[in-house]
Amino acid sequence: MFYREAGDFKTSYRDDSQTFPIGFDRYRYYAVLVLAFAVVPFVIDDYWASAIFVPFLIYAIAAIGLNILVGYCGQLSLGTGGFMAVGAYACYKLMTAFPDLNIVFCILGGGLVTAAVGVLFGLPSLRIKGFYLAVATLAAQFFLVWLFNKVPWFYNYSASGQISAPARSVFGQPVTGAGVEAWAQYMICLVFAVVLAWAARNLTRGTVGRSWMAIRDMDIAAEIIGVNPLRAKLTAFAVSSFYIGIAGALFFAVYLGAVEVGEAFGIQKSFLILFMIIIGGLGSIFGSFAGAAFLVLLPVLLKNVLVGSLGWPTDLTAHVQLMILGALIIGFLIAEPHGLAQLWRVGKEKLRLWPFPH
Amino acid sequence: MTNRLAPLALGVLLAAGPAAADLVFPDLSYRTGPFAAGGVPFSDGYQDYFTLVNERDGGIGGVKARVPECETAYNTEKGVECYEATKGDGALIYQPLSTGITYQLIPKVEADHIPLHTMGYGRTSAANGKVFEWVFNYPANYWDGASVVIKYLMDENGGSLEGKKITLLYHNSAYGKEPIPTLEALSKKHGFRLTLIPVDSPGQEQKSQWLQIRRERPDVVVMWGWGVMNQVAIQEAANIGFPMDHFIGNWWAGAEHDVASAGMAADGYKALNMNRVVDYPVFADIRTHVVEKGLAAGDGSNVGSVLYTRGMYAAMLAVEAAKTAQEMTGTAQIDAAMMREGMEHLEMTAARMEALGMPGIGPEFTVSCADHGGSGMAIVQQWNAGDKEWVPLTDFIAPDAEVIAPLIEADSTAFAAENGITPRCD
Repeated sequence: MFYREAGDFKTSYRDDSQTFPIGFDRYRYYAVLVLAFAVVPFVIDDYWASAIFVPFLIYAIAAIGLNILVGYCGQLSLGTGGFMAVGAYACYKLMTAFPDLNIVFCILGGGLVTAAVGVLFGLPSLRIKGFYLAVATLAAQFFLVWLFNKVPWFYNYSASGQISAPARSVFGQPVTGAGVEAWAQYMICLVFAVVLAWAARNLTRGTVGRSWMAIRDMDIAAEIIGVNPLRAKLTAFAVSSFYIGIAGALFFAVYLGAVEVGEAFGIQKSFLILFMIIIGGLGSIFGSFAGAAFLVLLPVLLKNVLVGSLGWPTDLTAHVQLMILGALIIGFLIAEPHGLAQLWRVGKEKLRLWPFPH
Repeated sequence: MTNRLAPLALGVLLAAGPAAADLVFPDLSYRTGPFAAGGVPFSDGYQDYFTLVNERDGGIGGVKARVPECETAYNTEKGVECYEATKGDGALIYQPLSTGITYQLIPKVEADHIPLHTMGYGRTSAANGKVFEWVFNYPANYWDGASVVIKYLMDENGGSLEGKKITLLYHNSAYGKEPIPTLEALSKKHGFRLTLIPVDSPGQEQKSQWLQIRRERPDVVVMWGWGVMNQVAIQEAANIGFPMDHFIGNWWAGAEHDVASAGMAADGYKALNMNRVVDYPVFADIRTHVVEKGLAAGDGSNVGSVLYTRGMYAAMLAVEAAKTAQEMTGTAQIDAAMMREGMEHLEMTAARMEALGMPGIGPEFTVSCADHGGSGMAIVQQWNAGDKEWVPLTDFIAPDAEVIAPLIEADSTAFAAENGITPRCD
């Protein structure tokens, strides 16, 4: 009923294999894009930008990155926080070393440096997998955080060891530093998120993505049918780290403006992003967005309802919030181990048949 | 208090709440997480003093103070969320009690024109009011603290630290790293050897650090710790038999809960303090007007403790600045810009502190356009485990301005150059 396929004829392979084959879905996707680009920037205020949209978009980019590695290529990683730190510090070094370089290139540079570091730490994946690889990437997490804390060159010898983003602008509009407008902060994250999500979607259904999935599903079989494991695994690490690096650079430069590596990019961050893709759905771009939304928005929503509307004490709320979130995660994973994306897919299937189920 | 997100569930975006007639002092507190031990008493003291002013005096200049609380858990992302959630309410001043959150808020308050008071923490070079128009860190900052420790040790050792070994045990974060440049400068000046030992946040795991201390046998260990790190450090020091009276914490490592868990073993441990802890007459007022009426922020058990007193001191300085602003402008309904003026013209005299029922709680100081840092004086206190109380060992000690002033000048000038700020006050 809601998803009517009657009259929605596909006359070419191109039509048949598009991302949103059902018309209703496609138009809804366009509507979301129009809303995000043409409506939200005009109504957004500082609170909605800093507390909700900007962290949501940045975490979504990081989740897509991790999802490429874990969900599409099956290589378990716990180094996300460390790789985000690489993106942030690379971006910082570029911003301070080349003051005239446009911030967009600094962020992309942060991504590229992270891709290189990711490949380096991805090398063990050729020999080990599963939990062993998770431990190897965990080492990356701790090593990178330690490195950025230890070597003063990375934070330009500042007294506190913090890195602070200097003011930079895009088309004359400041996007980092003190004088940032809420909409500018939101727009730069939105552009990165949309372009990267679009690229990821197309990568994952092309040759590269199919080789990743072949490795994920059974690496020996994949090798027999001609997938080069070296190439597949290392491209997955490179692309994944590129995304995570960009998320780290945006997190530092646009969202917080100043970070302290242990606090902002600690092991907690790795777990948080891993939870995002597990709850959102492994191997799904939409799932990355859904998981990021779940873990960014729900705590804020709970806080505002419990403290703001019900007037509970803040410490009680903080504890109850943890319990509710934990219970919801367990509940979700019992009801639907494949995450929100699968829930959404099942819902869509049901709505296609509704009101006449078999 | 924000409830702007509640309508999200309904998919409706409501406008912000009605314009407030109160004076708003948001409290970005943390009552959960590894730093809650320090966050709870500070926040209790901060809130209770505003409640006292409301109950006893009918508010500040006749206008009630309102203190919306927001839990940050010492986490910078939550700190930013709390700041954005409360600033639209007409917030007059922010005191986040976290160096990490302070760094996030400095560019934001400069843009939003809301004063930020980071008392004894945050960015030290914010003491230069020429560059940091909206940030204040009176009465003292980290570099003052580092200098006061060294001055105290000089006095203890007959005026010379030549050849002594001093170890800085610090929280491996922006907070813990702040005193390093000062201590390095001082070690050059006075000829002591400085070793740096970091402890990763939150600090429960310090075995290897204390093994290193046992091996190196420093003459003095100076600690820059916070939260759970302090308790663990004092216990570990006791375990290796390090002499407690050669172990000095900074003012965030010198509260009752830091030493209590080690019991008698902590006897003799020293710490800085930027305020004195005595049974001030104001505590009696708080008990009558706040705790007994059931209006206390906590359960009232913290009244009079070190960090409760400091939270109350912070609130008192905010109230006095607000009063100064009201006198200057002639209006009781001040806004954040007027509040900033009030802070910049704040004068804390002994007579004023006595009139407020807390004689000698802090040093006398004045704030000016160029100097947002106050006098920088601090006392050294010692834990008497038998009586379970902190005994002051010294009067307020002045820091070594000769070393600190050029460091502040250099750091703030670099910040001004990076951010294109033209210094004011000339």
